[in-house]
Amino acid sequence: MSGAMIKMGIYGMVRVSFDLIGEVRWEWGIVVLIVGTASSLLGVLYALMQHDLKRLLAYHSIENIGIILMGLGMSMIFLGSGHRMLGTLGLVAALYHTINHALFKGLLFLGAGAVLYRTHERDLDHMGGLIHRMPVTAFLFLVGSVAISALPPFNGFVSEWLTFQTALQAPALENGLLRAMIPIAAALLALTGALAAACFVKAFGIAFLGKPRSRRAARAREVPVGMLGGMGLLAALCLLLGVFPTTVIEAMAPITQLLVHESLPSAAAQGWLWLTPISPEVASYSAPFVVAAIIVVHGLGYLFLRRRAIPALRAYPWDCGFGHLTSRMQYTSTAFSQPIRRVFGGVWKVEERIDTLAGGGPIPRVTSLHYDLHTQDWSWLKIYLPIGRLVLAAANRIGFIQTGNIHTYLKFSFATLLAFLWIVS
Amino acid sequence: MDSQLTAWALAAAQALLFIASAPLLAGWLRRVKCHMQNRAAPALWQPYRDLAKLLKKRMLLADNASWLFRAVPYIVFSAMLLAAAVVPLVAVNLPSAAIADLIVLVGFFALARFFTALAALDIGTAFGGMGASREMMVAALAEPAMLMAVFTLSMTANTTNLSVATAYILQSGLVLRPSFLFALLALAMVAVAETSRIPVDNPATHLELTMLHEAMILEYGGRHLALIEWATQIKLMIYAVLIVDLFFPWGIATDFSAMVLAVGVVAVAAKLMLIAVLLVVWETVLAKMRLFRVPQFLGFSFMLSLLAMLTHVVLETGG
Amino acid sequence: MEFAALSLYNQAIILFAALALFTSFIMLAQARMMPLIFTFAWQGLLLTVVSVLVAIASGHPQLHISAAITFCLKVVVIPYLLYRLSARLNMQYDAEVIEHPTLLLLGGVALVIFSYHVSQSIIHLSGLATRNTIAVSMAIELLGMLLMCARKSAVAQVIGFMSMESGIFFAAVVSTYGMPLIVELGLAFDILVASILFGVFFFHLRDSFGSLNVGQFNRLSEANQPMPSPEATEPSSGERS
Repeated sequence: MSGAMIKMGIYGMVRVSFDLIGEVRWEWGIVVLIVGTASSLLGVLYALMQHDLKRLLAYHSIENIGIILMGLGMSMIFLGSGHRMLGTLGLVAALYHTINHALFKGLLFLGAGAVLYRTHERDLDHMGGLIHRMPVTAFLFLVGSVAISALPPFNGFVSEWLTFQTALQAPALENGLLRAMIPIAAALLALTGALAAACFVKAFGIAFLGKPRSRRAARAREVPVGMLGGMGLLAALCLLLGVFPTTVIEAMAPITQLLVHESLPSAAAQGWLWLTPISPEVASYSAPFVVAAIIVVHGLGYLFLRRRAIPALRAYPWDCGFGHLTSRMQYTSTAFSQPIRRVFGGVWKVEERIDTLAGGGPIPRVTSLHYDLHTQDWSWLKIYLPIGRLVLAAANRIGFIQTGNIHTYLKFSFATLLAFLWIVS
Repeated sequence: MDSQLTAWALAAAQALLFIASAPLLAGWLRRVKCHMQNRAAPALWQPYRDLAKLLKKRMLLADNASWLFRAVPYIVFSAMLLAAAVVPLVAVNLPSAAIADLIVLVGFFALARFFTALAALDIGTAFGGMGASREMMVAALAEPAMLMAVFTLSMTANTTNLSVATAYILQSGLVLRPSFLFALLALAMVAVAETSRIPVDNPATHLELTMLHEAMILEYGGRHLALIEWATQIKLMIYAVLIVDLFFPWGIATDFSAMVLAVGVVAVAAKLMLIAVLLVVWETVLAKMRLFRVPQFLGFSFMLSLLAMLTHVVLETGG
Repeated sequence: MEFAALSLYNQAIILFAALALFTSFIMLAQARMMPLIFTFAWQGLLLTVVSVLVAIASGHPQLHISAAITFCLKVVVIPYLLYRLSARLNMQYDAEVIEHPTLLLLGGVALVIFSYHVSQSIIHLSGLATRNTIAVSMAIELLGMLLMCARKSAVAQVIGFMSMESGIFFAAVVSTYGMPLIVELGLAFDILVASILFGVFFFHLRDSFGSLNVGQFNRLSEANQPMPSPEATEPSSGERS
């Protein structure tokens, strides 16, 4: 759902601005770029504060739509100022990210669903240790996490890289203001990417790694093969789209041809091994090499280190000498994001409360501590609630025309019809 | 075809030289530091001995360690290996530089960091979680500053390919670009933060609570630890070579004759030794900061890189 | 114009201009009194270097005189006066709390972009190689104004004001090779008088308010009498004869 539904907005924007209107203005691009940057940054910051796995993923959709919009915005800016090739590059980056987001977000939602199916939990702080009980789901969720965090060699990286490349062509523009602003937007995109990585270290690390934090998590089992198959397909596509970007961009050529009457022949000019969006001197990236290097290092490590070594010993981790570690000693998702919450303090409406219960006796000592944290989205309080109130008030005002009398309604329809006919003529 | 083969062979040799000499840089750094702080210094090749000892040791795994924990050292090492293959150490115009550009290089670092943080969370100790959480915060702030500084350079050279950028700076000779000055400062600050040096992190401390990077790898031992330590040394060297390449590229080889290559080796060795001395001075005069001062440190570095970009746009172009 | 094609002198001028802009940012972020004054002196020094370089590069010897005036005033006299003032008021080690330092710096960056945008329309009027630095000089002015807006301590206000003047002088040097000498002399004299007047005012302010925090000046207004703040009731910390 999330993968496909929210793309309708992007589809509409692309169709209207590139296809229907035809003449793209660069001023629109600025608006789209600013909205995209703000949306991606705020989306990932709000996602970081979530400890409900599905909500976290939903906030990441905001972030990813923001990234797509950044690509689209830059595309409009370049097209509007007459740089057709660079505009096409931005469009390709945006479309590529649209596909990618559908793939990895689908994968991650399926993974969250699989976890929910076996543990009946959506709260990260009640999971943990699932990698031992559900190894395949964990692996597939990891693939999705790496892809959405824009790390090589998966697909999320390719589209963000293309977006960066588009941004770096800003010196081609005549307008000095734009030349200065686009790289700043790109730096914010880098911030977004790093925060997304932090967020998915949190999501994967708290949910799947460590020790189980609840009984249900400790008793989870692997999900049926059917569910794994669906996720496996998406994960494989994530890898393929990451490793063979040239093929994908070539396949996208008809779309860009249709929209802006251009395609990117330079992207695959050096063969399938090298992705060179503008020219090989300017930038190149070879994902197959990356995959090959990781496989080779693993193979060498296995050959020279693992095979000859004595089998590893298992032991309890160091506990500073106080009894055994329990699952309650682990970092929670709230604790994990605390430094970031402190650094970007003003973004959330944070309500933090620590309740302490002091025990009796001559020396007062704390018997129980309760920590309570609520982070709320400013956009809900400042945008949605006022609009909601406004709509409600308006509805109350015009409620009087709802008489319930069919004749009145017929008169309304008749009057509207006449009015429209008058306007049209 | 034949010349291409030699080029690839040279590229492979350069990458091997890179990863082989990274412990040497670490040893040199340690030695200079000891001399500066009036301590008896270990031998220059002590890091090699440490690595060899760790590689031979029997492994001890925590009982909660999963397959991910065992795979992470290899992933981290291969990410650093790739990064090392891309950075021109002795010569530019090698074909391996086309594998990845500067942005992908940052991506490699992010990949290594992502998996190290996951491995830290895998065991389920509090230290691991703490290290992971703090490292991700520092990274989130350092990455935009680094990319911004890198963008400034690549906008000047109109490329993100490291080798081409180095060659461009080399052939344009002495140009007093203010943007380069700011970018250099910003990049140096980011490098200090990313390679977990003082004042952001103290790799030599014995107090787990003050660690960032070390807290994440507390549970590693044996060959896994050897790989991670080696990767850390490579990372330090990559940052040093990056700064050398982008700001002081003089002496690097542009063709592949033996004489020029020898000059390149000597030049880069001398420059790296100098950078190490500067780093030691910096580390000796400064104390480690409180964790929540780090955002200010990195914020300053981000501002420097912003300023670099703005001066590039305002002063060095157009008109 | 390609930057690498400029002569080394012009490149150096631009480099030092950028450094002067950087010192403006440092002043914006610097909360402590002494480093603030020192940074201001550094900015003066950079201005001196720029005017000497322009004098050499353009062959306008009278710029040497204005460079000398700048050096005397902005590097030596005014910082020294400010230092002595703050030492006598016993506040040279004070640090004020800057609200939202990151936001302030980002605002500064926005001002730089803005001044660049504004100066685009006048840049082409000048034929000099260093004309791009007009945007920088305007940014220095605006940043001085921002410093005055954002800070509460009166010393920071003065420094903001002086740095605005530096910006104007800088603009004159790089865009038209300096103002007529008589105007410059007059300006320099004005600045000197202003700094002395500020010093006198500081003492009066401290005597009547017990603080140099300009945020408290709204107590002057009679319209909405605020509650007396705790600082006003306390005896001021650095009591002097």
